Amino acid sequence: MKVEAKLLLALGLFFFLMGVAYWFWSHENAGSLMLVASGGLGFLPGSYYLWWSNRMRERASDRDDATIAEGAGVVETFPGSSIWPFTLGMGAFCIALALVFGTWFGIPAAGLVIWALLGAVNESRRGGAEQPSHHA
Amino acid sequence: MTDFAVGIAGVETIDHDVAHVHVHEHEHEHEHDEPAGIYKWLTSTDHKVIGLSYTITSLVMFVIGGFLAELIRIQLTSPNATFVSFAEYNQLFTMHGSLMIYLFVGPFAFGGLANIIVPLQIGAPDMAFPRLNALSYWLYLSGSITMLLGFVVAGGAADFGWVGYAPLSNAIYSPGAGADLWIAALLLTGFSAIFTGVNLCATIFYLRAPGMTMFRMPIFTWNMLATGILILLAFPVLTAGLIMLYCDRHFGTHIFTVQGGGVPVLWQHIFWFWGHPEVYILALPFFGVVTEVIAAFSKKPVFGYKGMVFATITIAALSLGVWAHHMFTTGVVLLPFFSIMSLLIAVPTGIKFFNWIGTMWGGHVRFTAAMLFAIGFLVTFLIGGLTGIYLASPPLDFFTHDTYFVVAHFHSVVLALVMGGMAGLYYWGPKITGYLLDERLGKIQFWLFFIGANVMVMPQYELGLLGMPRRVASYIHDPEWATLNQWATVGAVMMGVSTIFFLVNIVYSWKRYPAGDNPWDAQTLEWFTTSPPPHHNYYALPPIRSERPTWDYHHPDARSLVHGTSHDAAHPEAAT
Repeated sequence: MKVEAKLLLALGLFFFLMGVAYWFWSHENAGSLMLVASGGLGFLPGSYYLWWSNRMRERASDRDDATIAEGAGVVETFPGSSIWPFTLGMGAFCIALALVFGTWFGIPAAGLVIWALLGAVNESRRGGAEQPSHHA
Repeated sequence: MTDFAVGIAGVETIDHDVAHVHVHEHEHEHEHDEPAGIYKWLTSTDHKVIGLSYTITSLVMFVIGGFLAELIRIQLTSPNATFVSFAEYNQLFTMHGSLMIYLFVGPFAFGGLANIIVPLQIGAPDMAFPRLNALSYWLYLSGSITMLLGFVVAGGAADFGWVGYAPLSNAIYSPGAGADLWIAALLLTGFSAIFTGVNLCATIFYLRAPGMTMFRMPIFTWNMLATGILILLAFPVLTAGLIMLYCDRHFGTHIFTVQGGGVPVLWQHIFWFWGHPEVYILALPFFGVVTEVIAAFSKKPVFGYKGMVFATITIAALSLGVWAHHMFTTGVVLLPFFSIMSLLIAVPTGIKFFNWIGTMWGGHVRFTAAMLFAIGFLVTFLIGGLTGIYLASPPLDFFTHDTYFVVAHFHSVVLALVMGGMAGLYYWGPKITGYLLDERLGKIQFWLFFIGANVMVMPQYELGLLGMPRRVASYIHDPEWATLNQWATVGAVMMGVSTIFFLVNIVYSWKRYPAGDNPWDAQTLEWFTTSPPPHHNYYALPPIRSERPTWDYHHPDARSLVHGTSHDAAHPEAAT
């Protein structure tokens, strides 16, 4: 986790310094703001990772001597097939068409988006899969 | 829906210390109830299915965009051709650029190849957010359809160039649904890209297999991490700009119009703050592809691994500070800052070139179709890169801005990327489908494409220096430009024929040459699993002691030097 943190913080610092230098050299608002804000996008997740990396044990994926067996247990819970991304995507499609062909497209758009969000939340609220009860 | 808890079930066998991965399903312990057929395509959250959908859709966009390019080239074969009208010509070059940039190269790289390959390369069961991944694809597909709808609405498709400069793109100069469809399409595909960027970063940060440290990740995965970060930095800016443009067109705001106190050049700042990192969002994935291909077909580890990683990060970092080199001639940008930053990018790119050559140097180089495409990438990208150095110099840019020199520079770059993409398809296609593509047809495709690409761009460089402006349908006052333009058309037709060979190859090779798990004796982790990989990618994982665990496993007598500080206790001989 430390490498990830350092990478993001270094990028954030570089963008921030570049933004400051650019501002004092050019006095151009838009670019300066975008550069400094990009620095923030490095600092925000970077400092989060740094905070956590100081408070957690090294993960098996961070240690160069880790064996595969050390990852024993549940890696992650993954959803199976789901129709809701498609439904939500078609809702977004209708929103895009509403921007062009008229707000009436917003009616099916709202219906699809709300339907998809309800469906997806309902699908997830069981809290994912249980821990496997045994190891092979 | 059935949730799957994917776990590692510990070391199963003593032989070779291979760990077996077991997939535990939430509700049905021993059976997958995944749907089949079209419902599978609609509902799948498997990164391989989504990645394949992305790949196929983006290749369809490539074919359509290429067809538009051929129409452009036919129009330019004579100084005053009437093959298409001027208005149609404007739509053709706008949609050609838009399809290729927004809907082909990027989605092919980060939605197609990376989606399939990155989880496999780091030993992950899937992308971190599979349903978000599926949503990305549906937004991308609907965005693509939205953009193509422009051809069937009154007034035709968008016609202000793929950069949509204000005030040309406002409601007065570009009325009609075509322009709005263009904006709506980019909003959809923009969100699609952002979600994919989130997924790439989260997957690489959180789902690496034990022992797969950051500095053991394959270079392709490193490049996709840099790409993911760049997507997150750049695409929200474009999305914001598009919303502003839409407000200017429909809600009476004057953000980009002078009349209401707006600033037209602000659009250029916003657009290129996305647009130049976008060039690297397009390029970095293919830098990664050719790195993998060159290492595999030279039977050597990547030369200067850490140098490659730092060059990638440096390119990504610098790419955010070069946007206004597209705006030198506006007269309102800080020339030295953007010139220096742009020239600096040549340094890490040069490091990559030396490392690619270093990887080949002394290796057992096999000139397969994939390797030929990778070498074609090197040559063509070098030409595009070197002419980019000219354009980073303001005095030279003033002379060549908006001429065919810029068109040729850009096409050298992106045609190199297409070759990188083809290298990726010939290299990873067997892993994805389980079947090899025909090598002979692949080599014919390569030579036609490589020669065609350069036959097209070389006359265009010359035309640019002679002063031919880009985006013109006629050059009636300069008929002496016809011969060079005809040569460029010959090159474009060669590339079109090359693409036909590619499509024929897919049909011809369909289930003809079974690949096996590792047909190239390649080195990185994805070649350890079956071809195609199972539902959650791995039945078993080898020990990961370097950036090429599959090679280490299959060639215990020629293992990589162990990367990292601590020693591998299980394989003390590995460090020798």
